[in-house]
Amino acid sequence: MIRFDNVSKRYGSGQDALSRVSFDVASGEMLFLTGHSGAGKSTLMKLIMLMERPTQGQVLIDDRNLNRLSRRHIPYFRRKVGVVFQNHQLLFDRSVFENVALPLQIAGYQAGEVGRRVRAALDKVGLLDKERHNPIMLSGGEQQRVGIARAVVNKPPLLLADEPTGNLDPELSADIMNLFEQFNDVGVTVMIASHDLSLLKRMNKRVLGLSGGQIVHDGVLA
Amino acid sequence: MSPRRPLPRTAPKPPPKPRPKGASQSRTRLADRLDSWQAHHSTTAVESLQRLFRTPLQSLLTWLVVAVAVALPAALYLVLNNIQNLGYSWQDSGQMSVFLIEDVRPEAIDALLASLNEDARIDQVSHVPPNDALEEFKAYSGLGRVLQGLEENPLPDVLLIRPATNNPDALGELRETIAAEPLVAEVRLDMAWVRRLQEMMALGQRVVLALATLLALGVLLAVGNTIRLAIENRRDEILVVKLVGGTDAFVRRPFLYTGLWYGLGGGILALVLLGAGLWWLSGPVARLADLYQSDFRLRGLDLTESLQLVLLSGVLGLLGAWLAVARHLIQIEPR
Repeated sequence: MIRFDNVSKRYGSGQDALSRVSFDVASGEMLFLTGHSGAGKSTLMKLIMLMERPTQGQVLIDDRNLNRLSRRHIPYFRRKVGVVFQNHQLLFDRSVFENVALPLQIAGYQAGEVGRRVRAALDKVGLLDKERHNPIMLSGGEQQRVGIARAVVNKPPLLLADEPTGNLDPELSADIMNLFEQFNDVGVTVMIASHDLSLLKRMNKRVLGLSGGQIVHDGVLA
Repeated sequence: MSPRRPLPRTAPKPPPKPRPKGASQSRTRLADRLDSWQAHHSTTAVESLQRLFRTPLQSLLTWLVVAVAVALPAALYLVLNNIQNLGYSWQDSGQMSVFLIEDVRPEAIDALLASLNEDARIDQVSHVPPNDALEEFKAYSGLGRVLQGLEENPLPDVLLIRPATNNPDALGELRETIAAEPLVAEVRLDMAWVRRLQEMMALGQRVVLALATLLALGVLLAVGNTIRLAIENRRDEILVVKLVGGTDAFVRRPFLYTGLWYGLGGGILALVLLGAGLWWLSGPVARLADLYQSDFRLRGLDLTESLQLVLLSGVLGLLGAWLAVARHLIQIEPR
């Protein structure tokens, strides 16, 4: 599903965010990405989302070389990748329902289908009763769940999450992780960036450890 | 959009497809996409208009800027138009006077009148016999006593011709034709006056065109700048939309509609301004015209011209928005 082939990324400032990173993620896998801030986690995620382009090497998603994807095709590619952000990236000028509906409206679903899918996604994250609320009225954990609902509403085959539990207490974190596992159970490839070591150990999944822009660990944490 | 609103169905719902085990990227059928594309256009159009009404003062200011910029050249155009109309109604005084040679037999004059009447370039011909002319001259010149001392009538037969055209070249040609008649001694036509009016109108039209071009540029910049601010205000939304796969066209759409609304609204407001100005002036103008025994009245824009004005203004708004969007949206990329 994801393949990094000797990928390097150097920013304009001359700083190497990633250098010669190679790894494979099979379809239907769930894995974590860890490392200190500045280790390259975010850059790696951004390369998958085509928010950045590699300076060197190739990123293949679903056997598709992202280097060959023109700017015009980026939106259509992004529809196949669900992303959960640490700061939620919710829009506070509209309801929870409308936030979650956004990817479907963009993808051109009929209004009836949009309603059905949004409610299914909100039901999944346990927020069906809050669909008319403004997200600003929700707690941090609830906002994160709205973000997750929005990321999965289009049923993407790949789900990325950048520090999804960063600001949450352990109990809420466990809830959120549980959700991700459920998506993984139905075949979604899930990749989560987190620096919460205790969480990584508890989850007992493959972990990619990044340091200084290089992969220093690949496997289940001991 | 309220989630509980009854949902319009324009196409039959596709039968539920058997879903393969596991998550799948669901595809939408082309017909559904077209429907929803259309639906997005109409909801975006309505939403962007509602958005404008949510900040009424700011929107009104932009509408006024557009309206003034559109109304000004339109008003000048109307002034020119009215002067031209006035010119046409004066055309009577610029008619051709054809002086005949002395001692022409009445039958010959009748024959000439008949042949002139058949000329398509001539609207009307009338014959003023020397005696009538003298009477008229006595009555209006104030020289009645002096003229009474005359032993014989010095005035020739005169034909007054109202040409069917006011094109200076055609008038010149007509004049030549008539002057070539053997009975005609002289043809008088105030060509200079007609030409001057025409040239002044041509000049005026150029000035209006130049001014209209400048002000159209002003509308583009004003709408463009307003849209630029709107883009800045909705930066977060644009980022999120781009992140979840919104195409450039999708992101552009609401701003283009906003520009269109600014333009159309400004155009309608310009019509109102023009109408008010016309109403304000029409009373005095009518009274002035009455004093000159003229039935001249101010003429406003007709329906077609009004529609054209609003449409043109709408296009300007759309173009202004397009400029702003092309320049600024591309700079907002998720980082």
